[in-house]
Amino acid sequence: MTWQDGWWAYAFIAIAGWLATDIWRWLGVVAGNKLREDSEALNWVRAVATALVAAVIAKLILYPTGVLEQSPLWLRVGSVALGAAVFFLFGRKPAVGIATAIAALALGLWWLGF
Amino acid sequence: MDREDDEQSSLAWFGKGMCGIFSLPAFILMLSFVGFCSLTAQAGIPVQQVVFMTGMVWALPAKVILVSSMMSGAGLAAAFLAVSLSSVRLMPMVAALVPELRTSRTPTWLLLFLSHFVAITAWVFAMENVPKVPRERRVVFFAGFGITLVAANMILVAVVYHFVADFPPIAAGCLFFLTPVYFLASIWHSARHPVVYVALLFGLVGGPLFYWLLPEFDILLAGLVGGTLAWFVERLWRHRKEVGA
Repeated sequence: MTWQDGWWAYAFIAIAGWLATDIWRWLGVVAGNKLREDSEALNWVRAVATALVAAVIAKLILYPTGVLEQSPLWLRVGSVALGAAVFFLFGRKPAVGIATAIAALALGLWWLGF
Repeated sequence: MDREDDEQSSLAWFGKGMCGIFSLPAFILMLSFVGFCSLTAQAGIPVQQVVFMTGMVWALPAKVILVSSMMSGAGLAAAFLAVSLSSVRLMPMVAALVPELRTSRTPTWLLLFLSHFVAITAWVFAMENVPKVPRERRVVFFAGFGITLVAANMILVAVVYHFVADFPPIAAGCLFFLTPVYFLASIWHSARHPVVYVALLFGLVGGPLFYWLLPEFDILLAGLVGGTLAWFVERLWRHRKEVGA
């Protein structure tokens, strides 16, 4: 059977998708219920959660899929660096940093003939 | 406070959570879902299944991995394992959020239900906004935001799926790039604990480093090793400052 066959596709998504993600959310509730808000343990959990998300961010920038797969690395890293520089120079407003990075990427892609 | 007032106020906070749909993070997530639509449309997955997936799995990276498993014809066990590994990060994220949300009387079943709505965007939004909400209203506020965000994206997927076939490449590239750039800016902006800055830097370096060393477990290792190091370094600084002061 393959994923195209009607109900099997939904069962596949439910088991390999829903169950595989929600198990971790439920374990997170169980663990989080035991943590005190001012504890050193929560500080560690916070650090691990942030580092995990940061690793996902780095991978999306360095190893993108789709159109950006063909774009040069320097353009992606350069756009983020420029966005970060503007973010820190002009009042640390997220929207300003994001707009700068995206505009730099769009200009670069256009200039490279995408 | 009498009961009627209490209910009214709960409803008002649920509504305020719902209004979170008109925020920068929600807007960016919706753009990312437009990108996801074009991925699934190209993969030939029927729109009903994509909508079902959006509601049931919710986390976007997990869905991308699920779709690529489906496309490569992977078996159920292999797909389950791949998606599980990508979703372990949800555990510390939920664990860090729960102490912010609950009061001593919040029932666990309610937290278990609401945890389904946690993914990176909802987490970043909640960590930033929940502290501004009175503690006894935080669960309602998060429920309003989380449920609305999932429902809105299911509708979005159902509608947009039919229109994404031929997007100009520059637009597609920028849509993809919005997600990491937004996460970066927003985590830095919303950090209320010094350890978050250190962990962000360590994770950014750790991600590619472990991808190079052990690609199957890169995200997990970057989180555990990078996060633990960040926690250790920040603690050392904190103690030194306390001794010096």
